[in-house]
This record gives sequence, structure tokens and C-alpha cells, in this order.
Amino acid sequence: MNSQPPTAPSYPIITFDTHPDRYRHWRLAVEDRIATLSLDVDESGGIRPGYDLKLNSYDLGVDIELYDAVQRLRFEYPAVGTVVITSAKERVFSAGANISMLASATHADKVNFCKFTNETRNAIEEATAESGQTYLCMINGTAAGGGYELALACEEIVLVDDGSTAVSLPEVPLLAVLPGTGGLTRVVDKRRVRRDRADFFCTTGEGVRGQRALSWKLVDALAPRSRLAETVGKRAAALADASDRPTGATGVQLAPLDRAISQEGLRYPNVTVAIDREARTATFVLQGPDDMPPDDSSGILACGDRFWPLAIARELDDAALYLRFNEPHIGTWIFRSLGDGARVAAYDDFLLKHANHWLAREISLYLRRTLKRIDVSSRSLIALIEPGSCFAGTFLEVALAADRSFMLTGSFDRSNLPPAMIRPTAMNFGPLPMCNGLTRLQTRFLGDAAAMDAIQACTGQDLEAADAEALGLVTFAPDDIDWEDEVRLAIEERAAFSPDALTGMEASLRFPGPETIESKIFARLSAWQNWIFQRPNAVGSDGALELYGSGRQPEFDRRRI
Amino acid sequence: MQANYNEIIPNNVDLGDDRRLLRALERWQPAYLRWWHEMGPAESSDFHVYLRTAISVDSDGWAHFGHVRMPDYRWGIFLARPEADRTIGFGDHRGSPVWTEIPGEYRGELRRLIVTQGDTEPASVEQQRRLGATPPSLYDLRNLYQVNVEEGRHLWAMVYLLHAHFGRDGREEAEELLERHAGDPDRPRILQAFNEQTDDWLSFFMFTYFQDRDGKFQLAALSESGFDPLARTCRFMLTEEAHHMFVGETGLMRIVQRTCELVREHDTLDVRTAGGVPLPMIQKWINFHYSICLDLFGSERSTNAANYFAMGLKGRYHEAKRGDDHMLADEQIEIPRVTADGIETQVIAARAGMNLLLRQDFSVDSQRGLDRFNKIIKAHDIDFELTLPDEKFNRAIGIFAEVRASPDGTLVDDERWEREKDAWLPTADDRAFVRSLMIPVTNPGKVAGWIAPPKRGIHGKPFDYDYVRFR
Repeated sequence: MNSQPPTAPSYPIITFDTHPDRYRHWRLAVEDRIATLSLDVDESGGIRPGYDLKLNSYDLGVDIELYDAVQRLRFEYPAVGTVVITSAKERVFSAGANISMLASATHADKVNFCKFTNETRNAIEEATAESGQTYLCMINGTAAGGGYELALACEEIVLVDDGSTAVSLPEVPLLAVLPGTGGLTRVVDKRRVRRDRADFFCTTGEGVRGQRALSWKLVDALAPRSRLAETVGKRAAALADASDRPTGATGVQLAPLDRAISQEGLRYPNVTVAIDREARTATFVLQGPDDMPPDDSSGILACGDRFWPLAIARELDDAALYLRFNEPHIGTWIFRSLGDGARVAAYDDFLLKHANHWLAREISLYLRRTLKRIDVSSRSLIALIEPGSCFAGTFLEVALAADRSFMLTGSFDRSNLPPAMIRPTAMNFGPLPMCNGLTRLQTRFLGDAAAMDAIQACTGQDLEAADAEALGLVTFAPDDIDWEDEVRLAIEERAAFSPDALTGMEASLRFPGPETIESKIFARLSAWQNWIFQRPNAVGSDGALELYGSGRQPEFDRRRI
Repeated sequence: MQANYNEIIPNNVDLGDDRRLLRALERWQPAYLRWWHEMGPAESSDFHVYLRTAISVDSDGWAHFGHVRMPDYRWGIFLARPEADRTIGFGDHRGSPVWTEIPGEYRGELRRLIVTQGDTEPASVEQQRRLGATPPSLYDLRNLYQVNVEEGRHLWAMVYLLHAHFGRDGREEAEELLERHAGDPDRPRILQAFNEQTDDWLSFFMFTYFQDRDGKFQLAALSESGFDPLARTCRFMLTEEAHHMFVGETGLMRIVQRTCELVREHDTLDVRTAGGVPLPMIQKWINFHYSICLDLFGSERSTNAANYFAMGLKGRYHEAKRGDDHMLADEQIEIPRVTADGIETQVIAARAGMNLLLRQDFSVDSQRGLDRFNKIIKAHDIDFELTLPDEKFNRAIGIFAEVRASPDGTLVDDERWEREKDAWLPTADDRAFVRSLMIPVTNPGKVAGWIAPPKRGIHGKPFDYDYVRFR
């Protein structure tokens, strides 16, 4: 076995804790049904030293605040039906991701950054589609690259028509890379810009403005500078009127997470993560609920952010992000759970029973996003289903997200715990789709309706390992004699493979079935964009990204590959 | 309808035989005239103005004088004569033959350079359009109109490049140059200094002294371009820009002269009651115009500027006279940097510092005129010196945009800035006072009381010549 020295985080660690009171780059203003998020980047506020965030360009720190704002708007502001994204700076909306930051970042940093920013933009689209919170972009100055991509994530775009403000995706002509937050896909797939026009648009550093931007469908409306705010205000009000979010409801405040970070891992009330640096694994233990759900929907508010499904979503989400950014060497994530599957199932039933309640809906959507985040993490995922675990419904999704799962047949020797069970719930049949638009079960049994029917027939039933294996819900079901070796060998073998090959293989196998805008964005990001980010034409000593700002011109290897 | 464009548009670009240009002009020329009527010098269309018209690039052709109605002015298209075997003088293509057509890979950059330069030309006409109501003399009114028609011609020069080399995009950009307007909240001009008001003649002379000097340096840098038509166009424009700066410099000298006379006559620096512009007020106008002009050069550290140099599109001032390798591939320069402790220096690639280099040349050039003004003040035995404010003062673009500084360069906090800015920059009261002096004087040979008459007239004509004939 190839052994590397155990490696702890090398940088100052990155966490995702922030609050509007502490934002350095965004301003959140809420007035009745309309929220306005204004980008006002603090030039000298980069998350790492060495670059200035000029022209409302952004780095991870800026995007962490955006992520926080998008989350809080959904939970803390039930009345908000429209979110307007705009710039607080004059004549510039956003210049996109900061180029000096990208040029000086490691490849891993770039990839992590792009993936996270994409997830936030997908969450913006999900808020519009599912949550009654429609994002409306007011482009009041130049929107280039990631700046325009942020606009593309919004449902509608209003562009100031002042004869000079343009939208652009100048990555190819200026930087020899691709737009990193779904710009290419959204232009043709979401906005249905004709592909030949898109080709022109994406090779024109200057971008497109005014009437042409409108007639090419790059934006939805134009407004002169003096009537921009009024035009956007009217549209925002109309969108808010159409929202089903309640007025007069109380939101849930998202308090800082109760989290301990150490060399050994992470500890939250409902999730622990134990890191084994030698084996390069992180073992998640997901704690099931201590109690049964409340009697009615008002009980959620009484629990606030400690309501179990919300708490588990927050903790799991935070842990996944933490490990992605701070523990790149930890290549295998192992999922275990502890608790009573019947209670997990009860919470699932509760959420679905109150699916029309805004907050229950938000929590289900958050669970959905968190599971998607695990799906697209570039780590090998292994689920261990043992006695005492509670892989029911929502937790079963974690097992189904894994690349491989092991379920113990029978009990461990000298244990008095009953055999492990898994239990499908209604949560497994629709509310928690993957980025390909299918549930994890549909993806697993692609085109096999009979297998799906057989599992659906077991909804609400506890299944032992033999049944689970027969139904195809777990990969292997060793007994206690084989368990330890089988599991150990699988993990050790996994850790020995090339991490790059694993990342590519896993991303290729996890998402069979149809493509969606979302799945395309991740696929193209992890294939094309990341490939180009590694190529000498971009990052070599004569590459465009490397030389950007120096005045030296790139020397390209002209061979097409 | 096929107008005889060779007749109405003096040119040395074979306009009459160029189908592409003719098609473009058929639409643009009437649009330009409409713009001139709506946004050009107000209520002047019937005046006959003693104007210089360029009818060829020969030494006797570029300055043809006579009274003309401005709408009938023959705005021409001229490129300086080509230099035989000219090669690119700087950047990565140094030594290669210059381009006579746009290199495809640099199309976007060139278009941006030309549009940005072109946008300033009609902007200044718009900014100055109301000044014709308050000239201090007929001579000055004529100079205003001369500057205006030449800025109009400079617009034509840039539009010619757009029409001749950029196809449909170029035609659209040319139209946009007439659609944006100085100070228009909906469609402002690209650069902020060209959206400011120029509504008094002190501002006009400041504008022609400072803003047009920025123009000179931009044109000089573009006249080094490896794209030969741009270089040749800008070289010809520079001869006209020099006249604009002459108007600015002599205008300011005459104001300083008159103020000094009034100081001596009334034995006080405060010459307001005597109908003059006090020297401290002139200093405030300098503070304002110089500082917004520094912004025109862009950020001290600029990737665009670096690229323009590397690509051979925009050089340095007097590139050929510089004693380096004209490549600057690995050179570094120091630029300022704002830190919590104040201003420090940082080292960057020399190419990325092009804007700063050009700006420094502008500053040296700007000081020369001030030295002349100060000589006048000294000759009147007055203890006052006009100075250029520090580069950190009143900046909205670049490194110093995030700090506040006094004109002498001391960093100040917001509170002190608010307290003292009225002592540093023109206030509404100052502007009102200067406007109150702007009583029109249009009798030949007469001049307003706040400015001295010029030393000599135009093209050998006396000061009391009827430079503008009203109908």
C-alpha cells in the first residue's frame, strides 16, 4: 500500500460561518416581500492574501457570504417572494471570479471554489423553482464572466441600456479557460440562446449590450438608467405577488452551529466525523432523532433550528463543505448512523404530511441540496449499515448516494443489538431527487420498473440484509465473520487507487440516466473546465491565466486535442 | 441618392471609390448632422465663423481659413502620410511590418481603444454647447467654435476607422457614439470626466488645458500603434489637439494676467468685487480638473494597458525616443500601494504600469504651463503660487480611490475631508460667482473684465476682427 504521511489541514482552515451583520462584501436589505442583495466587494477583503478584489470581482469569501444570504433568506424570511441581486458599485455589476486569485490558487482550490459557487447558483435556481423565492437580477453595470453567470442563475435579468454596459463571457478570449459556473450551459440550455449566437457571444471579450442582448435572449428586459430601479421594482413586486410564501409568518433563525473542530475530526450534536489520517478516511456518524416529531407544523417553529431534520441537514452540509475544503487528502467518506429508524421514518412522514407548509418544504429542499452536495463531492462514498443504525428514508438516501454499501447480515458476535434494518419511506420516491432529475432509486434501477415496484411495495417496512440485498438496495451483505475483512479491504483498496481516476470514475458512474442543466453543469465542470484548468495553455508558464495582468501574451500549443 | 462625398468631405482615403465607406456614411453623415444640431453649439447654426479647415495633409492644406456656417463645415478624413517600411515599434511584435488591416486576434482590443477615444470627442462638444451664450470676446467665441468643429472632426476620424475596418460592429459603434451624451443619466459618456459640466469659461480653459492634454497623450500613445491607420489618424489629430491646448493655456494665462492686474490695482488678493477671479479660486479649478484628468488615465495597474502594449496597439509617449528595448518583457516598476499604515510601494510588471507611465508624462507636461502662470504672478510681485494637487487628491479611479487626501498629498480622514473640501474644490458658491462674471462680450475688439485680451489675433488678423458674424 502506498503510504503518505498523515496530513492535517495546511492552510488556516476555511469555515462557512458568517452572518449578515459580519458581511464584508454583500448587503442584504429586506423590505416586506422583496429582498435586495447588493454586491459591494471590499477590495482588500480577500479570503487569502495576495490579490485585490477589484471591480466587484469575487473569491470564495464573497461566495460564502452569498451562500449564507441565500440560506437565510429561505429560512429567516418567510415573507420574501422576490430576491433582487444587484451591485452597489457604480457602473460595474461584477467582473466575475478574481483572476489573480484563480491564477495563484492551487488546482484543488479552483475546483473546490467552482463547485461550491455552482452549488450556490443551483440553490438560487431551486429557490425560484421550488420555494416561491424568485431571483431577479438588476445588471446596473458591466457584468463579465462569473458576474454574468450569477445573473444567469436568476430567473429574470434586467439590463441597464446605457449604450455601454454589456454582458459577457470573456473566459475563452481573455483567459483561455471556460466560464466556471455554468455559463455556457445556461446560455444555450436555460436561456435558449441560439448556439451560433452563443458561439459569437462567448468569443467576444467585449460582450453584448442593449438591444442585441435582448433580442439574443441574453437578458429579459432593458431599462434606461433613470428607470432601471423602477422597472426592476415593478417586476419584483409582480413576482412577489405570485409567490406562495406566507406573509406574517415567523422565520427560523439559523444560529451559529455548535461545532468542535480538532485534529481527530468534527463534532456536532447530531453528526460526528472521525478522521483517520493513516487510512485517509473520514467516518460520519449520523445520529437519528431522540424523539418523535411534534404533533403539528407549529411544533417546527417551537424547535427552531434544533428541529431534527433541519439540524441534521445543516450539520451534514457543513461537515461536507469543511472536509472538501480543509481535508483534501481524506479521500474516502464512510457513512454510519445511530438511532431508531422508526423515528427517522416518522420525521419523513411528518415533513411530507406538511409538505405545503413553507417551513417543512424548506427543510425537505435543504435535505435535497445537502444530499446533492454529497453526490457531487469528489470523495469515495461508502455506507456501512450495522446493527443500531437507522438508515430509513432520508438516511437511506445517504446509503443510496454511496458508491458502495455494506449491510451486516445478522448480528455481531457477542452483541445483543438486533440485526440491522433499512426502511424505505416516501422520501425515497420523489422529494429528494439527484441533479439528474431522478431519485437515487430511479438512478440505481435505471429502466428497471419491476425492481422499483418491488421496493416501493416495501415502503414503511423494515428490511433485513438478505431482503435488502435481494432488492438491490445494498451492494454486499457479509455476515459478522466476513464483515471486518471485507470492509477493511474495500476501504484500503479504495485508498490506494489514483484519486484522479477515482474522481472521474465515480462522477461517471454516479449519474446514469438523463441529463439536466444541473447535471450538465457539474459534468462539464469536472471534465472540460478542470481539464483546461490543468493545461499549459491556461496555467503553464506561458499560459493565458498565468500571464494575465503581466502584459506578456500567452504562447499556445496549437494542437487540437 | 449618391451624395458627392469627395466634395463635402475633404479626405485622403479615396472615399469616393470605397463602397464600404460610402454605404456607412450614407447613414452616419445625416445622423452626425442631426447630432450637431441637437447637441452641438447651441443656437449657432446661422453664425458665420472664421474657421480653419483641413483640406489636405500638405503643409499648406491643413489650415485653410475662411468664414463658414458651422453646419456647412467640411469635416474631413485625413491620415498622416504613410511612412515607408514602417515597423511596429514596441511590444511582442516589435520589428514586424505594421498592420494596414486589423489583425483578427486584436479586433476587440482595437475596437475598444478606438471607441473609448472616439467617445471623448463628441462628449466635449456636448459639454461645451452652452458656452456660446457667454463669450468674453468674439475672438474667444471663435476659438470655442474652432475647438468644437475640430472635436467633431476627431469624431469623424475615429468613425472612419470604425467604418473602414470593423464591418457591421463598427457601424453600430459609430452610431452609439452619437447616442451617448455627456451627463445624460441614461446614456452617459464612457469616461466620467466627460460627463462633468463645462458651463463657464474658466472651466472651458481648464478643460482645454487639462482634458485636451490628456487627449494629447492618449493620441500620442495611439500614434505609436502597430495598426498603421490608427497611428496615422492620431498623428494628424495631434496637430489640432495642440491648438486646443494653446487655447487653454493662453486663456488661463490671460485670466491670471488680468487677476494679477486687479490685485495690484486694488491691493487685495480678493478681487471678486473688482470683477476678477481670485487666484485661490483658480487653484480650486486646477485642483478639480487636474484630479479628474488623472482618473482618465485609468488604474495604475491595468491588464488592459499591459495587453495593449504587448500587442503593439498602444505605446508610450515618444516611444521611439526611449532608450530601452521597447519590449519590457521582464522589467518591473514600482507603483504605490495603500496599506493600513499609509502609502507604500509595490513592484509590478512594467507592462502593467503603462497607464501610470503615461500619466506621469502628462503631469510633467501639465506643470510647464503652471510655471508660466507663476511667472506672471511673480512679475506682479504677488506672493502666490499655483500648483498641481498631489496624485492622491480627489481620485475616483485607481489605487488612491480608496483614500482621502488633501491637495498636498496628506492623507486625511473623512471628517477632515468634509470640513475642508470646500477650501480645495469649487463650491456651488464659487461656481455661481464665476458664472456671474460670464457676461457675453461680442463687440469686435472688446473683452470681458475678468480676462486680459490676447497678445495677437488669428491667422494674422487683429484682435478686433469680426471673427464671428451673427445673422
